[in-house]
Amino acid sequence: MRAFVFKRTLIALSVAFTISVLCFSLLQLSGDLALSIGGPEATAEQVEQIRVEYGLDRPVLEQFTTWLWGAVQLDFGRSYYYQSDVMDLVVERLPVTMTLGIMSLAIALGVSIPLGVVAALKRGSWIDRMAMAIAVTGQAMPNFWFGLTLIIVFAVKLQWFPAAGSDSWQGFVLPAIALGYYATPAMMRLTRSGMLEVLEADYIRTARAKGLRTGTVIFKHALRNAVIPVVALAAVELGFMLGGSVVIETVFSLRGLGQLAWNAISRNDYPVVQAIVLIIALFYIVLTLLADILNAVLDPRLRAR
Amino acid sequence: MSNPSSAERSTAPASPLLTVKQLRVDLPIAKGTLHAVRGIDFHVERGEMLCLVGESGCGKSMTSLALMGLLPRKAQVNADCLNFDGVDLLTVSERERSNLRGARMAMIFQEPMTALNPAYTLGNQLCEALRRHQRVSRKAAHDRALYLLERVGISAAEERMRQYPHQLSGGLRQRVMIAMALMCEPDLIIADEPTTALDVTIQAQILHLLRDLQQEFGTAVIFITHDLGVVARIADRVAVMYAGEVIETASAQSLFQAPSHPYTQGLLRCIPTPGKTLPGSRLQAIPGVVPNLVEKVDGCAFCNRCDQADALCHTTPPLQTVADRHLSRCHFAHQLSNPAQLNTQEVTL
Amino acid sequence: MAHTLSPPVAAEQHLVGSWQSRFLRSTLNNRSLAIGLLIITTLGVVALLAPWLAPHAPYLQDTANRMVPPIWHETGSWTHPLGTDRLGRDYLSRLIYGSRISLFIGLVVALISGLIGTTLGVLAGYFGGRVDAVVSYLLTTRLAMPVVLVALAMASLMGGSMLSVTLLLGLLLWDRFAVVARSATQQLRDAEYVQAAQALGCPLPYILLREVLPNIAGALIVVATLEVANAILLEATLSFLGMGVQPPSPSWGLMIAEGKAYMFFQPWVITIPGSALFILVLAINLLGDGLRDLSAPGGRNE
Repeated sequence: MRAFVFKRTLIALSVAFTISVLCFSLLQLSGDLALSIGGPEATAEQVEQIRVEYGLDRPVLEQFTTWLWGAVQLDFGRSYYYQSDVMDLVVERLPVTMTLGIMSLAIALGVSIPLGVVAALKRGSWIDRMAMAIAVTGQAMPNFWFGLTLIIVFAVKLQWFPAAGSDSWQGFVLPAIALGYYATPAMMRLTRSGMLEVLEADYIRTARAKGLRTGTVIFKHALRNAVIPVVALAAVELGFMLGGSVVIETVFSLRGLGQLAWNAISRNDYPVVQAIVLIIALFYIVLTLLADILNAVLDPRLRAR
Repeated sequence: MSNPSSAERSTAPASPLLTVKQLRVDLPIAKGTLHAVRGIDFHVERGEMLCLVGESGCGKSMTSLALMGLLPRKAQVNADCLNFDGVDLLTVSERERSNLRGARMAMIFQEPMTALNPAYTLGNQLCEALRRHQRVSRKAAHDRALYLLERVGISAAEERMRQYPHQLSGGLRQRVMIAMALMCEPDLIIADEPTTALDVTIQAQILHLLRDLQQEFGTAVIFITHDLGVVARIADRVAVMYAGEVIETASAQSLFQAPSHPYTQGLLRCIPTPGKTLPGSRLQAIPGVVPNLVEKVDGCAFCNRCDQADALCHTTPPLQTVADRHLSRCHFAHQLSNPAQLNTQEVTL
Repeated sequence: MAHTLSPPVAAEQHLVGSWQSRFLRSTLNNRSLAIGLLIITTLGVVALLAPWLAPHAPYLQDTANRMVPPIWHETGSWTHPLGTDRLGRDYLSRLIYGSRISLFIGLVVALISGLIGTTLGVLAGYFGGRVDAVVSYLLTTRLAMPVVLVALAMASLMGGSMLSVTLLLGLLLWDRFAVVARSATQQLRDAEYVQAAQALGCPLPYILLREVLPNIAGALIVVATLEVANAILLEATLSFLGMGVQPPSPSWGLMIAEGKAYMFFQPWVITIPGSALFILVLAINLLGDGLRDLSAPGGRNE
């Protein structure tokens, strides 16, 4: 087990390294950064000043190693736009994005697992068909449009939830739904097919032969096994949600990492962009590692490895 | 092979533990309806070992699942009588049925490798069987599980309780299944070919184990098998099934000494006997194939393969009594069983 | 004797007839495939015939008729069946022309990413060893990247346009192709006909193109439909955020962005393009599901 975690950590670090190299090289392709920071009004002198101040006059490799060295110590430099350390900005915004991500995942799981179980138990019934319809339509809606529609219906017409802002927990409900629904179809289908398969297993027949109550058979015996791949998928989906938060946070005006990234992109504030891309990539890598660990924890047969 | 309590039985007629009359199981399938079980009669006395013998597809597994109530919902189960110790299994509610399962009637399945839930420890699954039906403390359940594990021949039982199924071999898992079946001291255990999937050496051990436990706990056992060798070793009574019907029932001794149905005779002929069968001679087989049970079967199901068949066999043969508690579903049953044996087998009750 | 052996089961019905009639029958039996195909064909025809179908020019501004509601409102009229936007441009015409953008980008992106992903996947699956290790590493790196963010950043660097969006997404969305191509090729690697071709001394490109590729094509087509849908949604997202197709192009995502300011009182400005996107992507997903059922019936455990 330890060797496994070690190997995965090694891969994770090298992937993170590769991503930062990629990010960095892409920035270099964008032309004269000092010019774009200074803006169209800047004089040649000011541009030169900016160049020196941000170390843009140094050789590329030196810029990269400086940045990398800082990144390892969690110092991602200073934002071009905000006049503060990138790390401070990130730390300030991270809780919002994490809250959004976790709430979205919770909603997605809360809908997809029960729906998947019922669809499997009542296979072919109207519930099953409705669940499959939800799955199919859920994957077809662009999430920003869904978010906007939610705002129109629930925030404006019904006034149940606020349209924007992250002050109260209510402000997270609509965004969490908008972010979470996209993961629901995949997890619902996985739960359903997992349950259908598990319910045919011999050990379910043994459980019934022991006279166990239906609820015990379904939840203690069947779901416990069927849900293993779903949990692993959920960890990965959380990674996707963190990455996809850009759109939702923009639509709902949430002060999270996604919105910060978006603002940084439109303002050419590249240290911020680089840092956020790297951080989200790291989160995803950690989450996929977590998914594998969860798999081993939940399925005793895998622990021998 | 003899039932130790037969003396007691002959003094006071006790009602059988399980009475089955005209059990029918129909399974709707794509091409029509499969008549898996076509009206069988048998009974099981308390504490006796009844072997249900037949080839694949004869309906013996269906019978056992019907008794336990484990058939899929689309299966149709009908009978004139399906009585387990006074409980009418045909009219009882599903809730009461689940109260019976595991507690009064338990089942052991054929494939031990997949019969246990891989996510829970053996201890968990054993204790769960008991605590579902009886109000006992965790410790009491744990102790009973330990006792039974040791009783079925598993060493280091305490450690095994904490292990997961994948850590045990097939033979050990089957022993655990037997222990699990015994947790609530059921009156009846249905064992559906419990040794078929095991090595031959382990088979013998499990058979002895079952036989010993059955006599020690006084549990009735319906042992389903296709192997007449097994029947010879452990059965008190035998019911032979063919194409969804019971075609002969008898005590084991009576069946082997005087088989009274062409199918049973054919089966016995197929077994090479040391001393009798000449080395190098051809193995015997019963020619023909089992009839298709999706279609209606008129008359005797065996007659297309029977060397005794004649025009009479177009009509369904009635169940004939050829000896004491020896029944055979054949028009020529009396002729087939040895007339001399017939007289000496009459036992007065 | 009444009990004969069961009559030989009639040869599997679906194997009878020419492949064209079989396909037709499969399609008609398979509802999702039929519906998906129908909708997509319709939209494809609409996109192609846009100049003849659209009642007005999509860029024609008519400030006198701004924000006219669609026909189902009281003040709507048949001149502008789906209303007009804030610059007085006819919504129906923009919707029709917008389909061109979505379909074009979807197909071209799937093509580019399909080429990249299939090549990488087949090479990894066929050779194994170090090639596989390299490709797997590339895959892991690509999967770890937050696609939307990276696409946004790169789009802002390159400047948003139809070309940049297409190139960008094509270079980013190859992961699923690679995964499927790799595992499918691995399964074929030891097949006899591949070994036969190798024994005959056939050149590598021949083996890959003529022996391997046709046999993994089925799985790849299913992935392709998913990626077309994915690309369409991503383009809409990028355009919505301003980094995709630029105004005045009638990209559906852009139309939603432009309508956002008015959506509270005139929700149709975003409902209409959003529904168009929804229907298109739904149709593609149905098509993909139907194709998957065709190639592996019962594979979805339905």
